[in-house]
Amino acid sequence: MGQATFEEISASDFFYRNRDIAGFTNPSRAIFAAIRELVENSLDAAESQKIPPDVYVRLSFEGEATKDTQIYKLRVEDNGSGIQPRFIPSAFGQVLYGSKYKLKQMRGTFGLGGKMAVLYGQITTHQAAFVASSTGQAKVYSFKLMIDIQRNRPIILDRKVLINKDQWRGTIVEFSLEGDYLRAMPKILEYFKQTAMVNPYANLTFVDPKGRLYKFVRGTEDMPEPPKETLPHPYGVDVELLQRLIQITPYKTMAEFLKHHFHRVGDITAQKFLEFSGLSPSKNPKRLAHEEIVRLMQNMKKFKEFLPPDASCLSPLGEDLLRAGIIKELKPEYLVVHQRKPSTYAGHPFIIEVGIAYGGDIPKRGSFVIYRFANRIPLLYDEASDVSFRVINAMNWRRYKVSPDMPIAIVVHICSTKVPYKTVGKEFIADRPEVRREIANELREVARQLQHFLSKREHVDKERKRLSIFAKYLPKIAQFSTMLAGKEKLPDVDKLIKSVQKYGAEET
Amino acid sequence: MEQKKHKSRVAEKKNEVISGLKDFGTKVYSQLDNGVFPSISMPSRSTENINYDPLLRQFILGEKSVSRSARNIRHVKPFTQLAWAAMFSNELTTQRKTSTLRDVYYSAQAYEMTFKDQQESNNIITDLETVTGYSREDFNIFPEERSAVFGDLTIEYTVPGYEGKTLNLTSHPDGVLIGPALTSSEFASTTADKVIAIEKGGLFTRFIEENVHTKHNSILVLTAGQAPRQTRHFIRRLHDELNLPVYIFTDGDPWGMHIAQVIISGSANAAHLRELNTPDAVWSGVWATDIVNYKLPTDPLDEVDIKRLYELQRDPRYKEDPLWQREIKTFLKIRRKAEQEAFSRYGLTYIVDEYLPTKLKESK
Repeated sequence: MGQATFEEISASDFFYRNRDIAGFTNPSRAIFAAIRELVENSLDAAESQKIPPDVYVRLSFEGEATKDTQIYKLRVEDNGSGIQPRFIPSAFGQVLYGSKYKLKQMRGTFGLGGKMAVLYGQITTHQAAFVASSTGQAKVYSFKLMIDIQRNRPIILDRKVLINKDQWRGTIVEFSLEGDYLRAMPKILEYFKQTAMVNPYANLTFVDPKGRLYKFVRGTEDMPEPPKETLPHPYGVDVELLQRLIQITPYKTMAEFLKHHFHRVGDITAQKFLEFSGLSPSKNPKRLAHEEIVRLMQNMKKFKEFLPPDASCLSPLGEDLLRAGIIKELKPEYLVVHQRKPSTYAGHPFIIEVGIAYGGDIPKRGSFVIYRFANRIPLLYDEASDVSFRVINAMNWRRYKVSPDMPIAIVVHICSTKVPYKTVGKEFIADRPEVRREIANELREVARQLQHFLSKREHVDKERKRLSIFAKYLPKIAQFSTMLAGKEKLPDVDKLIKSVQKYGAEET
Repeated sequence: MEQKKHKSRVAEKKNEVISGLKDFGTKVYSQLDNGVFPSISMPSRSTENINYDPLLRQFILGEKSVSRSARNIRHVKPFTQLAWAAMFSNELTTQRKTSTLRDVYYSAQAYEMTFKDQQESNNIITDLETVTGYSREDFNIFPEERSAVFGDLTIEYTVPGYEGKTLNLTSHPDGVLIGPALTSSEFASTTADKVIAIEKGGLFTRFIEENVHTKHNSILVLTAGQAPRQTRHFIRRLHDELNLPVYIFTDGDPWGMHIAQVIISGSANAAHLRELNTPDAVWSGVWATDIVNYKLPTDPLDEVDIKRLYELQRDPRYKEDPLWQREIKTFLKIRRKAEQEAFSRYGLTYIVDEYLPTKLKESK
């Protein structure tokens, strides 16, 4: 009889064995994911300082790896906040270490992306990563790092301190990885274009392995308000979170505990809730039994009188910036954007912003061009599974005199402290009724405005066509009647043509 | 030989047509010159405005009129086309050139006047006929020719290059094509005392071979099926200007009967025009009663024939006349039809020697 062996594995080890779930599925997807994760870290780092981001990405060819894959060197530079020197090794050399375990809207949520990229590079090329960073102070710190996968610890191979003569601030990451750029290229370029659309205040530069330069220049310096950190809302908590809060709380009564650890809970709400769940306000939370904690969590979900979460923890793009981004990248003939007021699902606030653009650079391809964004990240895969796609397809566009063979692009941006992704790959939004309803309402709003524009345009077109008919035929009538009547001088029809413009002709 | 004096209308009419076109042009011109949108009104050609006039013995247009205004977006193009058609017709008539409906369609393109199709250009020509009251042949616009005439009639050409030249219509044994040159000719002299119109080419040739024109002192006209308008007008002129009675021979079926009727009473399509019909002309055969009396070889009437007979029975052109009504009833009773050639069963000359004289006598 064999004996089962149990061993503990580290977080690095876990992701090493399960890299699929973080998006590093295959060589082409891996190179896309690596670029994306680092670019998003860079954007977050600049935005947290209210600095318009400048992100430079270079991918260069290093050598052949296998028949289908190559070794590339990826370098990403930003002008973001920079990282304190003591945090640098862990920030890039320890999985699940990061600054993102608080409740506010950020691009990444797991503290995983940048490290996974570095880890993937190390696995495929056995080379160290180079990181340099400065917070704009006197010195620049640079490291050569590897990850000790089994122990989930950074190994520092080299460390240098340089004088920061130019007061440079930002972070540079460079490492090698195996990938298939040729297959990934269309998605990578689309990623930059869409990122530029939803981050119109960012400069993005990409140099690809063939030396081609792609530059997306910012269209504005204005940036959205950065999000505020917030407490968890009672609707959104689970038993695990409750237990952790109970462990760390300095408060000795349930009333104080609820008031200080939960979003939008005051004296009155706390009192009503405790009454509702049959708990004494003066009970010490640390004395709660396990079953009581479970019941507390269940009651929190049942209680109807919690105030909805406010949206200060969200940082939507806003109508002006969304408009600027879409105009910059699509140059449409007509555009309408709309932002709805915040809503919630399962205790998580979210805001939907949509735009609908017509004409310009938008191609006619027999179906709408759909751009999906979540917390300012473009979602490029699994379009057909996304809630936006479903809502768009379920809508009765004919009511708005809009048809899919028109050159129309639809942009849907969801902001939330917890984007309802369906999978860890973070590629599409789950079909939740609250989200679906908001998207649908918003699409109706912009569709109405598009309809208004189209019918006005049709009217103008018709009017122009009508005028051109009179302008074409009246001079001919003049010509023929002059010949018939045997006259010399053509009658003047300009006045008649003008009068048609002014008053309109009879239609029957 | 007896010479008949006739009154000439050809030159006179030409001038009327030209001044009619010019009037239209002047009217449009002065409206434009006064800074108003030109408009014209003309009798409506819709079916409810087409009535049978028992006095004139033809279809006429009623009181209803329609107006075409260049102010109206939907009218401005047809109005322009109409003005162009008038201008074009004016050039044709003054320069004494002829043209076909097909020509009209293409000529318009030289003036960047496009017609959607032949039908659209034909409609505009019909509009011009309605506005002016003259038929397109008066504007020198002709359809393809197919009918012919044979007999002792001397005509005098008026077409350019042939002015004053004469031709006797017996000079060619196939007959002479009824085309623009012939229809615009003056009638100089004739010895004939009647006109015989024949539906089919075969019989027309037989009549010429058998000297029907001399034996019966007649001018033979081949209608070649439904008679073209210019042929109908030509027959009318033979009747009016030369005072000749007209006898019509067609197949013994509803379609032949109607060919005769259109020569006599005109068609609804030409209700806006006059002098295309010959009310005094007579249908001489082949009647349904002839089929019975002469025991002709026959074919059964098919469904379409029967349907047509019921239609004709209600038609105002047939209603008042006991002959027509009797023949329709007979057709419906015997349910048979016979072609003109059916007489050949009694020998090739039977129709000329026996049938024709009898019928001419009967029709008088």
